[in-house]
Amino acid sequence: MTARFDVVVVGAGPGGIAAATVAAETGRSVCMLDDNASHGGQIWRGFRADAAWKYPHGRSFLDWTRRLQRTECEVWNGWQAIDAPAKSFLRLEHDGETRDIGFDNLILATGARERFLPFPGWTLPGVMGAGGLQALVKSGLDAEGKRVVLAGSGPLLLAVAAGLTKFGARIAGIYEQARLGRLAAFGFSLLSQPAKLLEGARYRLNTSYAPYRTGCWVVRAEGHGRLEQVTVTDGRKQWTLTCDWLGSGFHLVPNLELPRLFDCRITEGYVSVDDLQQSSVPHVACVGELTGIGGVEKALLEGQIAGLAAAGRDREAHALARHRGQFERFAMRMDRAFALRPELRSLADAETLICRCEDITHAALQECGSWREAKLHTRCGMGACQGRICGTAAEFLFGWERTGMRAPVLPAKASTLAAEAEPFEVVHGS
Amino acid sequence: MSGKIRIMINGRYVWVAEGMSVAAAMMMADEPCRFSIRRDARAPFCGMGVCMECRATVNGVLHRRTCQVLCTAEMEIVTG
Repeated sequence: MTARFDVVVVGAGPGGIAAATVAAETGRSVCMLDDNASHGGQIWRGFRADAAWKYPHGRSFLDWTRRLQRTECEVWNGWQAIDAPAKSFLRLEHDGETRDIGFDNLILATGARERFLPFPGWTLPGVMGAGGLQALVKSGLDAEGKRVVLAGSGPLLLAVAAGLTKFGARIAGIYEQARLGRLAAFGFSLLSQPAKLLEGARYRLNTSYAPYRTGCWVVRAEGHGRLEQVTVTDGRKQWTLTCDWLGSGFHLVPNLELPRLFDCRITEGYVSVDDLQQSSVPHVACVGELTGIGGVEKALLEGQIAGLAAAGRDREAHALARHRGQFERFAMRMDRAFALRPELRSLADAETLICRCEDITHAALQECGSWREAKLHTRCGMGACQGRICGTAAEFLFGWERTGMRAPVLPAKASTLAAEAEPFEVVHGS
Repeated sequence: MSGKIRIMINGRYVWVAEGMSVAAAMMMADEPCRFSIRRDARAPFCGMGVCMECRATVNGVLHRRTCQVLCTAEMEIVTG
């Protein structure tokens, strides 16, 4: 099947929802697609309309969901973009089915994932991302009475600690690799955004029973067949905690696979965009975490700007764009505050797997001089995740730059890739 | 997540809350999602469809990312 819309939005988190909603409100035909089972993205994951007031950011979730539902916007959940055989359409897959979707304007709102750094034992069952653990608990995993260590970096650690506590977990410790000095400077810079400070304070209050240590990081995870204990350090001494789960994520990195597939210009890890969120590629806009890790408010604003621009409402888009500055500054400050300390480069020992898909060790990669060489000689990054985990780690560990992205963006059926593009059967809008 | 539904994981029936992701159900049943090339057991890791560690066979379809799939009654899930 093939279909065509005026505007296609990829990613149904806050940025995507805002973009799709405002574009659809102008009467344009809009389709928003996402590979998750329901919309909301990561920050709004698992929110239910009848209980949204319980969650931080629940209010904006409700408001935007209602606004979206009043439009004619089509929402395709469970659809994964696999390829862009031409610049004007995407090839999608869902449960073995293939579909092409055409557009005049494309808005990418693919969000961010956690940065994972390898350490001995990180492949043991029970070791997860911090946000990953939270996502699993929100999708039904029972956390009652579980003993959890959180170690890594970024404001997500505290948010996850508070969230898991609410689900009945006991947090054994929260270990933030950034130094207290950097965090204090970051906190001070937030005085102009008291809502954010308050949010952090509330998370900390809800987890005040658990130690929160800055300048500390995970050294290794151990257990027989599954996680049993975690060792952390402050750089001088080490200590060990028994636990059921470890949530470890080192701040966030944008999901750049689709912008790379479209050849959008990327500068210092983020997609370069103009005032109206347009990338270097005509008719392709990028919003939210893709342009800088700045959270839900930034994504909502940028989504609206891109949605209006895609609908030809440039004047209104420009008016909104005047408010972007504070969010851009916030994103930059956050990157600075949670910059990774060099000690984290030596967490992996020779036998630690870097590529979890192909089981490639640190020792094997040390023989290589570049990401390309690593791929060719060891198959690192050639497995199912296509380097999403190990490639991001290798950038930090070895300083290897990754460029370009080849389809398929995720493993797909051969028939999906080989299919001829058909003329659009269903044309929505003008 | 209201009622309970019955699913089968590696030949064993388990009851899970409706709306639970398959990845969460596998963790609770203490079953690995897959075995790595070195035959190490792997379980859900990123929780958001990126890392591919949670892929398993769901109703005969290979390599489903179980964190992106919700349990339905009588669903059959097999490690690997």
